[in-house]
Amino acid sequence: MPSFIEAAQSQVGRKILTGITGLLLVFFIIFHLAGNLTIFGDADAMNRYSMILHNLGWPLWIARIGLILVFAIHAYIGISIWWQKRKARPEEYDVYSSKGGPSKQSLSSRSMAFTGVILLIFLFFHINTFALGDTETVIIDGQEASDLKTLVIETFQNPLYAFGYTFVMILLGAHLGHGIWSSFTSLTMKSKKLSSSIYSIGVILAVVLALAFIFIPLYIFFTGGCGGLISGYDCV
Amino acid sequence: MIPVRHAVTASTEKIIQPIEPTIMSSSDMTIHLKIWRQKNAESKGRFETYTLDNVNEHMSFLEMLDVLNEELIENGDDPVEFDYDCREGICGSCNLVINGRAHGPKHMTAVCQLHMRNYSDGDTVVIEPARAAAFPVIKDLVVDRSAFDRIIEAGGYVSVKTGSAPEANLIPVPQKKANQAFDYATCIGCGACVAACPNSSASLFTGAKIGHLNKLPQGQPEKQQRVLSMVAQMEKEGFGDCSNYAECEAVCPVGISISAIAEMRREYLKALFDN
Ligand code: HEM
Ligand code: SF4
Ligand code: FES
Repeated sequence: MPSFIEAAQSQVGRKILTGITGLLLVFFIIFHLAGNLTIFGDADAMNRYSMILHNLGWPLWIARIGLILVFAIHAYIGISIWWQKRKARPEEYDVYSSKGGPSKQSLSSRSMAFTGVILLIFLFFHINTFALGDTETVIIDGQEASDLKTLVIETFQNPLYAFGYTFVMILLGAHLGHGIWSSFTSLTMKSKKLSSSIYSIGVILAVVLALAFIFIPLYIFFTGGCGGLISGYDCV
Repeated sequence: MIPVRHAVTASTEKIIQPIEPTIMSSSDMTIHLKIWRQKNAESKGRFETYTLDNVNEHMSFLEMLDVLNEELIENGDDPVEFDYDCREGICGSCNLVINGRAHGPKHMTAVCQLHMRNYSDGDTVVIEPARAAAFPVIKDLVVDRSAFDRIIEAGGYVSVKTGSAPEANLIPVPQKKANQAFDYATCIGCGACVAACPNSSASLFTGAKIGHLNKLPQGQPEKQQRVLSMVAQMEKEGFGDCSNYAECEAVCPVGISISAIAEMRREYLKALFDN
């Protein structure tokens, strides 16, 4: 009988963990996207949302630590799978191609480790830009809050940020295109019918999420923050 | 040309003879071969190219290699070593990686069941052994698949009463379970799943073996120990992790579905949490 730690490190255990952490990350980014979309709400919506989150206190810290753990476990296992795969086939085929049919090999599935590592690197830049970025103070509902909305709008006027984010979000879409279905299979989904519908739903969800994330920087970039969907920003 | 054809008795020869020349003349193909040659496990391999200009579309892929080997032997060269036994798709010896695909281009077909009519005149065909650290090359296209045997051994025994044949209806098996067990039991252990997997994972094979016994009443008493040990052994042999590429299902000559892998994961979790 393996101990719990040994079981978690077995090939099956690792897969269950990538599946669970992957799905948790999908829930997280859906939640994150909903937060981002408050930028299109009324003038104070985004800053109010951020203020409410910040005022949560200890639950916010639990969520943050949990999220860091989930990212760390997911990325660690993902990279170790890639590492093990290189050891498992030291000599590559001269010619290799997929046989098609039921195979789920695609640009998306073949590049999971690449897209994952880029997402991880991006994460550090992203936190540095927005969570740790310099903001003005505004008053919302009689309380001091940081003006995240202006920071976001100003950041995305820079083409490097607007198009850099777009690029990374395309990679996120690619990661999830295989990832959503994969996580269900890792979590022991057996039914063939269910499997093919989940595959389609996963791809559609991946595309929708990526497009929704991309819409924000590109909209701000092309309208200079003066578009009709954004209120409360003094554009010049 | 094809040895079997020349060995026919006088009476059957009469029937075959009028057909034979038309078949041969209408469908002789030239096939360029690029084959992995490796003297032994220690030496470094390399590709050799050969051209056969008398390939008949009715030959099986292995018969085509037989023809090549006859030529090589006639010229005093070393024949290309490759594994086969039954040549009817049931023993699992014959996995080769042909133009980058395990068992060649056709789904649900072992190399020995693949015919040269799937190729056209002038084609170049690249033949490589299964490549995986856990399947070291012994010679040319022959790899050592005893890692699979050790995974099966790790599974241990099943409890069955020996002695006289058991009464057929003594242990009822629901039809659905019997079908599922049979589907998994059709795995012929060819190793194509490992060969084709980008990660060289043995999950499909191991999953099929676990699923097969765990579905049957006879496999119940030891099922927890079996799944835990077989998964541990699979890892110990140096196979990679499964990333759910499902390429294994695409190349499996008997069409084992990756639901076998989900089955293995579920049984593993059950074994862990029931304890
Ligand atoms: C926004 C963040 C992310 C989300 C939503 C996400 C989601 C997922 C999902 C759902 C899976 C499928 C799990 C499975 O196969 O069972 C997956 C797999 C994977 N993820 Fe992520 N991921 C994210 C970030 C990352 C990061 C930062 C890495 C860093 C290295 C990474 C690396 C991988 C790898 C390599 C796999 C493939 C695992 C395998 O081969 O089975 N992911 N991801
Ligand atoms: S699962 Fe299929 S491909 Fe893998 S060893 Fe068994 S028969 Fe061969
Ligand atoms: S030689 Fe037996 S399966 Fe091909």
